[in-house]
Amino acid sequence: MISLTSVSKSFGSGARRTVALDNVSLDVPEGDIFGVVGQSGAGKSTLIRTVNLLERPDSGSIRVDGQELTALGDNDLRVARQGIGMVFQHFNLLSSRTVQGNVEFALEVIGVDSRERKRRAAEILDLVGLGAKASSFPSQLSGGQKQRVGIARALAARPRVLLSDEATSALDPETTRSILELFRTINRDLGLTVLLITHEMDVVKTICDSAALLEAGQIKENGRLVELISTPGSRLARDLFPLGAIGELPGTTVIDITFSGGNADRPVIAQLARDHAIDVSILGAAIETIAGNQAGRTRLGLPGDARSNAAAIADLRAQGLLVEIVGGAAA
Amino acid sequence: MIDTTSPDFWPDLFEVLLLGTGQTLYMVFFALLFTVLIGLPIGILLVGTERGGLFERPFGSLAFGRILNRVLDFIVNLGRSVPFIILMIAIIPFTRVVVGTFIGPTAAIVPLSLVAIPFFARMVEISIKEVDPGLSEAAHSLGASRWLIVRKVFIPEALPGMLLGLATTVTSIINFSAMVGVVAGGGLGNVAVTYGYQRYSTIHMVAVIIIIFVIVMILQGVATHFAKKFARTSIGESRAQTIGRKVVRDSPVGP
Repeated sequence: MISLTSVSKSFGSGARRTVALDNVSLDVPEGDIFGVVGQSGAGKSTLIRTVNLLERPDSGSIRVDGQELTALGDNDLRVARQGIGMVFQHFNLLSSRTVQGNVEFALEVIGVDSRERKRRAAEILDLVGLGAKASSFPSQLSGGQKQRVGIARALAARPRVLLSDEATSALDPETTRSILELFRTINRDLGLTVLLITHEMDVVKTICDSAALLEAGQIKENGRLVELISTPGSRLARDLFPLGAIGELPGTTVIDITFSGGNADRPVIAQLARDHAIDVSILGAAIETIAGNQAGRTRLGLPGDARSNAAAIADLRAQGLLVEIVGGAAA
Repeated sequence: MIDTTSPDFWPDLFEVLLLGTGQTLYMVFFALLFTVLIGLPIGILLVGTERGGLFERPFGSLAFGRILNRVLDFIVNLGRSVPFIILMIAIIPFTRVVVGTFIGPTAAIVPLSLVAIPFFARMVEISIKEVDPGLSEAAHSLGASRWLIVRKVFIPEALPGMLLGLATTVTSIINFSAMVGVVAGGGLGNVAVTYGYQRYSTIHMVAVIIIIFVIVMILQGVATHFAKKFARTSIGESRAQTIGRKVVRDSPVGP
């Protein structure tokens, strides 16, 4: 649905030239909720702004819904943008208009007549749960309500793609959850493809089907969440299920086991104790439901060095579990 | 000297003031009209042709945008730095071409507009720059055209600031309209000079001052009222005040 190929963008020139995007390629399948995570300054904002060409890349191709945007003239680009909704961190609502007026603005842009505008604005405000606030001004709303208006405005022209530029970063955790639920709802009910950028791992964990890690303008990891979790050494997986620092444990082998899909509910610890007579200690654990699947990581301490535990580890791996030795003697 | 005990004094005074006030309002109204009609687009273009602005590339040419921006900026600075009394005399040939004469209230509208246009254009520029750039970004993301962004984002959002700027502009037009009176432009300035100064009538002088003061107060009050009404941000009032202060600081130097 959204396809970026070899997109590069830099700002400034000469010694002050900074590369924001370095040969970025990304594919967002239709109906997906795709999250791009990264530190601030990694180029996330530039990335999402190139998708609707608010930022024109220096090179590369941007296709949305099969249409090559970089080749479009001004007018065609405007029409294409009408099919790509965007939600902003700071909402960017017109302070001189009511909630209803802000949603209608999007419809005025596409030339919907007055009566139809009213009807559709009311309908979409109901969808985002703000029907009662239609005649309020943005200054009278809370942050979460403002973002709902922002979402309603982005949806008004019935786009097929929604871009979210740190939509929840200015909101408290409670409100963030409710906005993310709204994203989930519109993704499911309207079949919208959502591309979001965030620096919050929780956002990815809560609603994303796929994710990419952006670092210094480059995509370091990229894939479906369920697959990323079972990828050895995945930094996204580690960030999704942080187990903290590994303490000093002399004479102990520390292993991280990643569960995903069908093996999440296996009684691993009991099995180790029973079959290999190992006194397992649990050092950390994180279990979550991701994209409808139980997934998580557990950090275990096994007495003895890696060699003495080799049989047990091999046994775990044979069951299809992802086992990484993160501490103690190397295997 | 005027004989204040004459039975005709009060009716005459009333008539003279009425005519003077009428002429002043006439000059101010039309000068203001032209100021808004011409100053508003210039102010919008001043912001738009800046780097990264909406009209950065008129007709697809970045260079043309740069040049247009510089030229407008130069004209505005020039218009604001020439003292009014000099400007008024210097453009007499132009005024004659436009109006046919350079005497009387109608002719005075030309220099009054010319002095107020650059001033108001700056006010518009300042007010539009106060509009959150995120709003125009959001409008772009919705596929809005430049014209629509000007009409439905810039102007409504900058309206409170522009109204306060307009109030300051009117005040300076009224100021200058009095100066026009000195050189036979008519209006209350003329009354003050021919009666108050040349015939030593304190009553005329005081009356003119009071009338001008009342006009300015009323216009300022109306503008502030609407500016507050349209400032919908939670900090609307304080924002309107900030803009107001900026406008005052930026006022042209009086005669």
